[in-house]
Amino acid sequence: MTDITPFTTHLLQSMQAFVPETALIVTFLLALAADLIWKKQRHISGYMALAGFIVTGFLLVQQQSVTGITFSGMLVIDHFGIFIKWVILLSAMLVVLFSFISGELHQAYTRLGEYYILIVGMVFGMFLLTGASNLVMIYLAIETMSISSYILSGYTKFVRRASEASMKYVIYGAVSSGVMVYGFSLLFGLTGSLQLHDIGAYLQQHSVDNLTLLMAGIMILAGFGYKISAVPFHYWTPDVYEGAPVTITALLSVASKAAGFAAMLRFFRLAFTAPFTAVDADWTVIGSIDWHFVLAVLAVLTMTLGNLVALWQSNMKRMLAYSSIAHAGYMLMAVAVLNDTGVAAILIYFFTYMIMNLGAFLIVQLVADKTGSEDLEAYSGLGYRSPLIGVALTVFLISLTGLPPTAGFIGKLYVFTSVISAGYVWLAIVGVLNSVVSLYYYVRVIRNMYLRDVESQGSKITFTPAVLALVLLLAVPTLILGIWFGPLVDWANLSMAITAFH
Amino acid sequence: MEIGLSHYLIISALLFSLGLYGVISRKHAVMVLMGLELILNAANINFVAFARFGGMNMDGQVAAVFVIILAAAEAAVALAILLNIYQHFKHVNLDEVDQMKE
Repeated sequence: MTDITPFTTHLLQSMQAFVPETALIVTFLLALAADLIWKKQRHISGYMALAGFIVTGFLLVQQQSVTGITFSGMLVIDHFGIFIKWVILLSAMLVVLFSFISGELHQAYTRLGEYYILIVGMVFGMFLLTGASNLVMIYLAIETMSISSYILSGYTKFVRRASEASMKYVIYGAVSSGVMVYGFSLLFGLTGSLQLHDIGAYLQQHSVDNLTLLMAGIMILAGFGYKISAVPFHYWTPDVYEGAPVTITALLSVASKAAGFAAMLRFFRLAFTAPFTAVDADWTVIGSIDWHFVLAVLAVLTMTLGNLVALWQSNMKRMLAYSSIAHAGYMLMAVAVLNDTGVAAILIYFFTYMIMNLGAFLIVQLVADKTGSEDLEAYSGLGYRSPLIGVALTVFLISLTGLPPTAGFIGKLYVFTSVISAGYVWLAIVGVLNSVVSLYYYVRVIRNMYLRDVESQGSKITFTPAVLALVLLLAVPTLILGIWFGPLVDWANLSMAITAFH
Repeated sequence: MEIGLSHYLIISALLFSLGLYGVISRKHAVMVLMGLELILNAANINFVAFARFGGMNMDGQVAAVFVIILAAAEAAVALAILLNIYQHFKHVNLDEVDQMKE
C-alpha cells in the first residue's frame, strides 16, 4: 500500500496558503443563504459580500509570509499574485459600493441577491487565475470568472442592449477560450506536460517544431488577448462595455483585465522564457520565436486602434471602452519587454489605472442616473451644474491621459521607462504619440463640461453626501498618488518577481 | 494499417477547422454554439491522443474531463442568454442582433 502521508501533508500546507480563496467561497455560500433567509432585504447579500471582501483583505495581508507552490503545482502563491489580488479585491469592493447607489440596477427589478453572489464568484475565479500555473487550472479559472461575468453583463435582462451585450460576450468568450484550449492541447502534445514550469524546462532542453509552437502560442494569446481586450481580439469590448450595467463595465475593465494580465505574464514567464535562475531579472526567450516582437506588434495595434476609434465616439461608456483598449495597449508594451522591470511597471500602472478608471465609470453612472443619458451631450455644462463632480471627472480624465500631477502620469512614466531601458525606443515613441492622440478625446469631455451650455447652469444636479464622499475617495488618491508615489513603487518592486522554482 | 497518433491529430485538426468555419459562417446562434462544441472536442481528442500515444501520464485524460464539464456549463449559460435574446428580438440571428453601433 502506498504511503499517502506526504500527499496529505502537502494538501494541508496548501490549504493554509489557500485561506483568502476559502474565505471567498464561504462568503459566496453565506451571501446565498442570507439572500434566501432575508428576502425583503435587497442588499443583504451585498453587505455580506462587502464584509467577506474585507475579511479576505485581512487574510491577504497575512499571506505576505506564506508563499510557495500549492496543490501539486496547480497554484502558485507569490507576491506578484498578491499584488494583483489586491487590485482585484479593491476594485470588487468599490464596485459593490457603486452597486448600492446605482439607479440602473434598481429599475423594475427587486432581486439583487444573485448579482452580488456572482460578483463574489467572479472574484474567486480571478483569484485562481492570478495564481494558476497549470494549463488546466488556467482554463478552469478563466471559465469560472467568465461564466459569472457573462451573466452579470446581462443582469438587467429587461434592458435590450444588456441582453445583446451578454450574448456577444458569451459567444466571443466561449469561442476564444475554445481556441485557447486547442492551443493548450497542442502545447501539451509538444512538451508532454500541463505544468507551466515543466513546459518551460522541456522547451529549453529540446527543440520542437517551430510552426506548431507558433500556432499554439498564437492560439493561447487569443484567449489571453480576449480577456485583456487586445486588438485583434477586442471586438466584444465596445458592445459589452456599452450594454452592460456601468458597475459591471467598471469591474470588467479593471479586475478582469488585471487577472488576464497576471495569467499572461505568468504564462510567458514560466513557459516561454528561461527563468530558472531566480535572481535573473531579464528573461531569455526560449526557442526561435521572437515573442518580444509578437507582443510589441500586439501592443502597437491595440493602443493605436483603441485611441483612434475613441476619437469619434459620442457615447461616454463606449469611449471609455476604447480608452480601456488603449490602456491595455500601453500595458502590453511593458509585457513585450519580458523582464522584471516591465512587470513592476505593469503593477504600478494597474494600481493607478484601477483608481482613475473606476472613478471615471462612477461618474458616468451618476450622470446617467441623474440625466438618463450616457451621451457626451449630457455632460454639457456639468462643471457648473455640479462643480465637485465636474472637477473630479476632470481629474480622472487628466489622469487617464497621463498628465502630471496625477496617478496616471506615474503609471505611464514607469511603463515608458521600462520600455526604453529595454531598448525599445521605437515602441516608446509610438506610445507617446498615442498618448497625444488620447488627449483629444479626453479633453473633449472636459470642454463639454466647462465651455458649452454654460447658460444651463441654473439647473443644478445635487448628490447625497455619501455619493460625494465616494467620488472623493477615488479623486483624492488619484491626485495624491501623482505626487507621493514612493510606497506604491516600493511595493511593486517587491512584488515584481514571479515565482519560478519548483 | 495501424491507427497511430497522426490519424487522431488529423481528425482533431479537421474538427477544429469545421468548428471554426461553423462559428464564422453560421448566423444562427445555436449553430455557432455547435461549432464551438466541435472546437472543444477537437481539443479533447488532442489531449487524449497525446496522453495515449505520447507515453504521458493521466494529465491528458484529466484535462479532457475538465474541458467536457466546462463545455457543458458554458453551453447552459449561453443557451439561457439566448433564450433572453429570443424574448427581446424574437429570433437568435447573430447578424441582426446589433442595436449598438459605432
